[in-house]
Amino acid sequence: MTSPLTRGEAGALVLEHVTRRYEGNAEPAVDDLSLTVAPGELLALVGASGSGKTTTLRIVAGYEVPDSGRVLLTEPGGATRELTREPPQRRGFGMVFQHYALFPHMRVDENVAFGLEARGVKKSERLARAREALDGVGLGGKAQRAVQALSGGEQQRVALARALVIEPRVLLLDEPLSNLDPTLRQSTREELRATLRRSGVTALFVTHDQEDAFAVADRVAMLQKGRLLQVGTPEALYDTPATRAVAEFVGRAAVVPAERAEERVWITIGGVALNTLARHADGAKEKQVLAVLRPESLELTDDEKAPTWRGEVTVRRFAGGHAVYRVRLAGGVEVEVFGHGEGVREGDQAGVRLVGIPVATVPA
Amino acid sequence: MSARRRSFGVGVSITALALLALLGWSVVYPNASVIIGSFERGLDDWRAFAASPADIDALRGTIIVSVGSVVAALLVGIPLAFLLTRTDFRGRRLLSGVATLPAALPPLVGVLAFLFLYGESGVITRVVQHLFNLAEPPWTLSGLSAVIFVHAYTMYVYVFLFVSAGLERYDTTLDEAATGLGASRTLLLRRVTLPLLTPSIAGAMLLVFMSALGSFSAPYVFGGGARVLSTQILVSKLNGAMGLAYVETTVLAVTAVLALFLLRRMEGRRAYAMAGKGRATRTAIRSRLARSLLPIVATAIVILLILPHAMVVLVSFARDGAWTTQVLPPEYTLDNFRRLAQDRDLWQPISNSVSMALVATVADAIVCFAIAYVVVLTKAPGKRLLALLSQLPWAIPATAIALGLAATFDRNAPLQLRVLLVGTFWILPIAYFIRNIPIVTSAVEGSLRQMDPTLEDAARGLGASRWLALRRVIIPAARPGLVAGTMLAAVAAVGEFVASVVLYTHANRPISVEILAQLRSLSFGTAAAYSVLLIVLVLLIVVGARWLEGRVADGERVIQAA
Repeated sequence: MTSPLTRGEAGALVLEHVTRRYEGNAEPAVDDLSLTVAPGELLALVGASGSGKTTTLRIVAGYEVPDSGRVLLTEPGGATRELTREPPQRRGFGMVFQHYALFPHMRVDENVAFGLEARGVKKSERLARAREALDGVGLGGKAQRAVQALSGGEQQRVALARALVIEPRVLLLDEPLSNLDPTLRQSTREELRATLRRSGVTALFVTHDQEDAFAVADRVAMLQKGRLLQVGTPEALYDTPATRAVAEFVGRAAVVPAERAEERVWITIGGVALNTLARHADGAKEKQVLAVLRPESLELTDDEKAPTWRGEVTVRRFAGGHAVYRVRLAGGVEVEVFGHGEGVREGDQAGVRLVGIPVATVPA
Repeated sequence: MSARRRSFGVGVSITALALLALLGWSVVYPNASVIIGSFERGLDDWRAFAASPADIDALRGTIIVSVGSVVAALLVGIPLAFLLTRTDFRGRRLLSGVATLPAALPPLVGVLAFLFLYGESGVITRVVQHLFNLAEPPWTLSGLSAVIFVHAYTMYVYVFLFVSAGLERYDTTLDEAATGLGASRTLLLRRVTLPLLTPSIAGAMLLVFMSALGSFSAPYVFGGGARVLSTQILVSKLNGAMGLAYVETTVLAVTAVLALFLLRRMEGRRAYAMAGKGRATRTAIRSRLARSLLPIVATAIVILLILPHAMVVLVSFARDGAWTTQVLPPEYTLDNFRRLAQDRDLWQPISNSVSMALVATVADAIVCFAIAYVVVLTKAPGKRLLALLSQLPWAIPATAIALGLAATFDRNAPLQLRVLLVGTFWILPIAYFIRNIPIVTSAVEGSLRQMDPTLEDAARGLGASRWLALRRVIIPAARPGLVAGTMLAAVAAVGEFVASVVLYTHANRPISVEILAQLRSLSFGTAAAYSVLLIVLVLLIVVGARWLEGRVADGERVIQAA
């Protein structure tokens, strides 16, 4: 017998040129978005609030109908079904809501069994399967509890079990980690990824938190003002961001004006020009580009002879294993630099230079 | 609530004891007298009750009317609440604007309007009769079903308001979660939406049940041969069978308390805090048919809701006696109003109602503020009992309250704490006062609970006397509730009918009783003119309260800023 947390072959979810406008808003909430989530893939949809990620999720779930574009599901056999106007109850998707949306008047197992009830599964069987699903998220012992009696992390797992027990063709998760406190969040991320991996479900996961996205997802799609900026693995987004917005959203970065020179890039701060190897974004074709200075591509130096950018250390923060310095360089540019046990304090003057690892550039 | 321990001095204890004594004397004593009175001749009166077909019929009638009214009010109120809070269509605003209109009709006036509209010679009845060329009126507005029909119109408002409020707080992601899990509309409604609205629905059911149980005017006017307990009590009293009247009253009151207990349990057991942000989503109607039909249906409902008011106004200009077989009154005049103003005998009910309502409401304001203060802000002895007693009149039908007063204050017997009030001016204001204690007290308690209790300490710490703290801190904090509560009390008192009809004398008869008298003498125009005047009085009170609230709002802001 298969566990309810494992399922057969997953389908691929395809969005084609999806646009959604709200009445009274000049800008569309989702603007010509095309995206494919491969079978069994965990794709995170990230962006600031108002970027259209929740609207996209609601369109996929069927709570909203796009003004144009299509939502398709490719079955494992290769057949493609259009779902654009299919109501939510007929899509067979699972969803984990931001505040979990657990039914407060039902016990934990009744909550999990509800989707099976809607499918006409008889009571004894659905409760048994709910119990199994709860075992799968480590809550087998709390099946009879009232949902209010559970902690936030437990409620999140109940919501996950409830969405998975129906063996959804696609699982949708709306900020499932945002209600958890930071320590719990760390471990829950790992559990979430493990559970999703085990179930093999195709999952679309909305979050505003880049760390959540990187920890859970196989690929990350970044939205801004309803448009897709970039989609790729977390490494790809970090190392070769397509735009300044992606670069700044993904990890710490100072984005500064630079000049492209073949495989290299010249960066001038406070009149001092330094150059290094570059990874140019596809869009960065012009001579004038922006360089993405990550903390690990910089270091502090007291070598006065070599050309360095000079500035004042404004913040020193020990981050376990390394220290992070914030340095205000000439011209007002602020950069963060990883360092070690240097005897540098706030208020000290320091030199900053490039380590030599390639620096990403994005269009200006 | 432990933070709500407050000053507990001799003054507070004396106040608390005085209030307990007052409620004991005015609320508990009369009702106890009724119960004791029912046993005055041993079990004879109870046996008579059980053996009387009329009484068994009345008990059955009361239960049918109460349950029927609850069902009818739910059937009208719940769909309307869903329609107006969950969907958007043309005419929605207008419909929400008038949806609560029936609640603004004083009880007897609503009955009057229904008589003019749907009675045997009512406008709608005659229109239908003419349209289909019927020899007889198509229906007679009498019997229990007529009573339930009238109740459905006036009482669905409770259901509508409670369920609308419940839906406003409702976290609609729960519905989305259910549909996402594959639930059909019926499963969603049955397993998720309605169970979660149970507290709201139960609260409304309770209110409708209690109102229908104690309702007097509709059964009295439309009952025909059908009996209910509230009218049966009056019949027994007029027949001089006081013992039987006491038994009937006791049965009615016990039924009310039982219903209160059962429905409160249902209300409390199902109360859940809604987590989440509860997006309020109003969906546009998608189906084209529904979209084109809804405005028409909405307009029809609006007309149905406005008709009773319009009818009363129209008839108030009709010449008495001229309206016989025509669909609409044939002659119009200002005479009805002119006579009310000029004829001293006709003016008297108006001045009676105003002065009695004024006395009762002022007393409610003072006493209920004191009760609320003791209950919310002090640790005075007996405050729990005080809280309970202040809500008791709510559970007892008005007829029972009235009969209790009649049974207790019918003679001077100082040793038994009895004073002769029956037949004097004071008996009606006291009845109004008692009936409105629960509403005013709850409203003031509501406001005081929102006040930061440390404000009183802060004032006292700054050297304010208890009196100054009361005047400058507590009364301003209590004012929104006090204004709203006394407004509702004044509205109820000025149009009060049920207790009045048991206790009035010719000299102190209020407007409602006079409307009934005019109706009996077939002076429809005069009865309607009184009704219009009553509606105007109610409007004046509401507008006055709004104006007061506006002034209070400034003070409120200061308190909240502090």
